[in-house]
Amino acid sequence: MSPASGLGEGVDQAPAIGAAIRPFAAAAHDALADQQLRSNLRNATTTIREKRARVVAELPDWQQLREAGRAIKADVLAHLDDYLLQFEQAASAAGGHVHWAQGAAEANSLVLAVARAHSVTELVKVKSLTTDEIGLNAALAAGGVQALETDLAELILQLDGDWSSHILVPAIHRNRSEIRDLFRRTIADRDVSDDPRELAEASRRYLRRKFLNARMAVSGANFAVAETGTVCVVESEGNGRMCTTLPPVLVTILGIEKLVPTFADLEVFLQLLPRSSTAERMNPYTSLWTGITPGDGPQEFHVILLDAGRTRVLSDEVGRVALHCIRCSACSNVCPVYTRTGGHAYGSTNPGPIGAILTPQLLGIEHASSLPFASSLCGACYEVCPVKIDIPSVLVHLRAKAVQADAKEGERLMMSSAAWVFGGRRRFRLATWLGRLSQRPFVRGTTIRRLPGPLAGWTRTRDLPRLAPQTFRAWWRHRE
Amino acid sequence: MRIALFVTCIGDTVRPEVGRATVTVLERLGHEVVFPADQTCCGQMHRNSGYPVEAEALASRFVELFSDYDTVVSPSSSCVGTMREMHPELEGRLFELSELLVGRLGVTDVGASFPYRVAYHPTCHSLRVTRVGDAPLALLGAVDGLELVALAEAQECCGFGGTFAIKNADTSSAMVNDKCKAIIASGASVVTALDSSCLLQIGGRLSREGAAVQALHLAEILAHPAAA
Repeated sequence: MSPASGLGEGVDQAPAIGAAIRPFAAAAHDALADQQLRSNLRNATTTIREKRARVVAELPDWQQLREAGRAIKADVLAHLDDYLLQFEQAASAAGGHVHWAQGAAEANSLVLAVARAHSVTELVKVKSLTTDEIGLNAALAAGGVQALETDLAELILQLDGDWSSHILVPAIHRNRSEIRDLFRRTIADRDVSDDPRELAEASRRYLRRKFLNARMAVSGANFAVAETGTVCVVESEGNGRMCTTLPPVLVTILGIEKLVPTFADLEVFLQLLPRSSTAERMNPYTSLWTGITPGDGPQEFHVILLDAGRTRVLSDEVGRVALHCIRCSACSNVCPVYTRTGGHAYGSTNPGPIGAILTPQLLGIEHASSLPFASSLCGACYEVCPVKIDIPSVLVHLRAKAVQADAKEGERLMMSSAAWVFGGRRRFRLATWLGRLSQRPFVRGTTIRRLPGPLAGWTRTRDLPRLAPQTFRAWWRHRE
Repeated sequence: MRIALFVTCIGDTVRPEVGRATVTVLERLGHEVVFPADQTCCGQMHRNSGYPVEAEALASRFVELFSDYDTVVSPSSSCVGTMREMHPELEGRLFELSELLVGRLGVTDVGASFPYRVAYHPTCHSLRVTRVGDAPLALLGAVDGLELVALAEAQECCGFGGTFAIKNADTSSAMVNDKCKAIIASGASVVTALDSSCLLQIGGRLSREGAAVQALHLAEILAHPAAA
C-alpha cells in the first residue's frame, strides 16, 4: 500500500456527530474482554500517574495553583461574552481573521472555504480534540481536502483508520509491534523494527516532507488570551511548531471556553497543565502567536470561535464547570473505570471521567444518557483535577437529568417503591420480612449465589449475603 | 456520653453484626447508645442513582429523626459523608465510627484483641468525602495481637459504587477482581473497611472465589474483647 492510500480511509470511524453513543455498559463489556488492551492501559496509566504524583508533590503551592486555575476559569465563563469580543478585537488588530461558528458544520465549511481559496488539497494538522469533536477531517475529505495528522499517535490512528482512546495519548491502546507492522504497510521508506526510536524516525522522515510542502495548517488551541488575541498550543513533539510556523496559511479552531483573560494568567495554566498531563515540569514546545508577523511564519491567519454546544453547557449552573477542563487527562489516568475499559467505551472524543460529564452536555443528555453512570463515584478524578472540577457532583447532577430523559419504567417503579418503603419504619420492616420470604429459594447456607432479573448482574461474579434472620432493630428491641 | 446510632439500611437488614459490634465498642467505653427506632435509609442510593427528590425526602427525614441528639454515629463513612454533603448543618454532630472514637472521644485503644493478619481497604468515601484520615489505622494499630499488612494499590476503588455494581456489572467486577487479587496477595486473613457496602462487594467476590479471607467491618474487629 502506498503511503497516500493509507490515508483518508476510515478516518471518520469515531462516533458520528450528532448521533447517540452506544450504551456504556455494552461497550465496556466488549472492551473488558480484550486482555491486551487492559494490560496496555494498565501499564501506561500506572506509570503516568506515579510520575504525575511525583512532580505535583514538588510544588508546595499546588493547591493554591489549582484554586487559581479554577477561579480564572470561573471568571472567564461568567464574563465569556466580554472576553470573546475582547479577543476578537485584539486578534483582528494583529492581522488575524476572526470567524464565529455555532456548530460543527459551520466551522468545517469555514476551514474548507479557506483551503479552496488557496487551492489547497492537502493540509497538515496539529493534534486537536476540538477538530475531532466536530469531525473536521471527514468533512474536509468529503470536500476533496486531505487533512494529515502530524502528532505521532494521531498519525498512527489515522493511518490505520482507528480513533483516539485517550485525551493526551490517543494511541494508548496500541502497542509497539502493532505500530511497526502498520508503518511497514504504510509510511516506512526502509525497514523498521519495533524500537521506539526507529518508529519515531520513520514517522519523522515521512512527516518532514509533508511539513516542507504544506501550504496550509489547522490547529486547535490549549489557551487563547482575550487581552492580546494570542493563541497558545502546548505540545511535546515539535510537530505543532512545524505546523504553526511553516505553512503560509494557518487556521485555528478555538472552543470558546479556551480563553483566559490576560497573558499573565497563562502562568498558572502552564504550570498546571504539563505536570498534570505528561508529568513534566515544563512541556517541550509552547507555541504562542498573535495574529500575523510580516515576513515570519504564516502570513494569513484565521481563528474560528466555536460554540458547538458550549453555550448550552454554560447555561447549566452545576454542569458548566465541565468547561473549566484544560484536557490534561489526569482524571482518566486515575479513573478505575477508564483504566479498565479504555477510551473507546465512552464513545466520544473526550473519554474518561471528564468525557462522562462533558459529552452528555455537549451532545444533549438524550444522546449519551449512560455516561453519567459510568463511574463508581470514587472521587479520584476530583482529587487530581488541576482546575478542581468536582466531577462526582456533576455526574450525580447529570444522572438526575438522564433519569428524566429516559429511565426505564421498571427502574422508576423500583426506585419509587424503595423510597416509599424507606419512608416509614413499619413499611421498612414489612419489606424486610417480604424480602426474607422471597429470597428463600435462592439462599444456600447463608449466601445467595444466583439471583434473577437485574440483580443477576451482581451474582454473576459475586456472592451476596442473605438478608439476616434477625435484623438489627429486632435485636435491639429484644435487648431492651 | 449519649450517642445516637444510625445503623444504615444495609446494616439493619444484611449485616446487623456491624451495628451490634458498634454498640459493644461504645458501651465498653462507657457510653450510652440509643437507637431511634424510626430510622431507615439516608437516601444515598436515590441521590446517586438520579432520584434527587426522593433522596432529599429521605435525607430530611433523617435530619428530623436525629435532630434531638448532639452526637450521632454511623458505621458507614459513605452514608455519613453523603449526609454531611447534603445537610452541612450535620457537621460536628454526625460522625463515622472511627472519627467519633479518635477525633471526638480521643480514644485509640478500645480494649480489643484480634490476633490475625489484617489488610485495611480505605474506601473511596472514607478517603475523599468523609475524610477520616488516619483514624482507622490508629484504632487498628492499638488492637492487641493484630498484624496490619500492606495492601497494594489500597486507595483503588473496589468497584461497588451503589447501583454502579449492577448497572455496570462487568466493569464493577473487573475492579473487585483486582482488589481481591491484591487482598489475597497481601497474605491477610481478614480485610477490613469502614463501609459494609464495599465489604459486600469485596466479601462477595472473595466468597465466590473460595478465598480464605474474611471481610469484616472495622467495628467487628474493635468489638473483639481483649483476652482476660
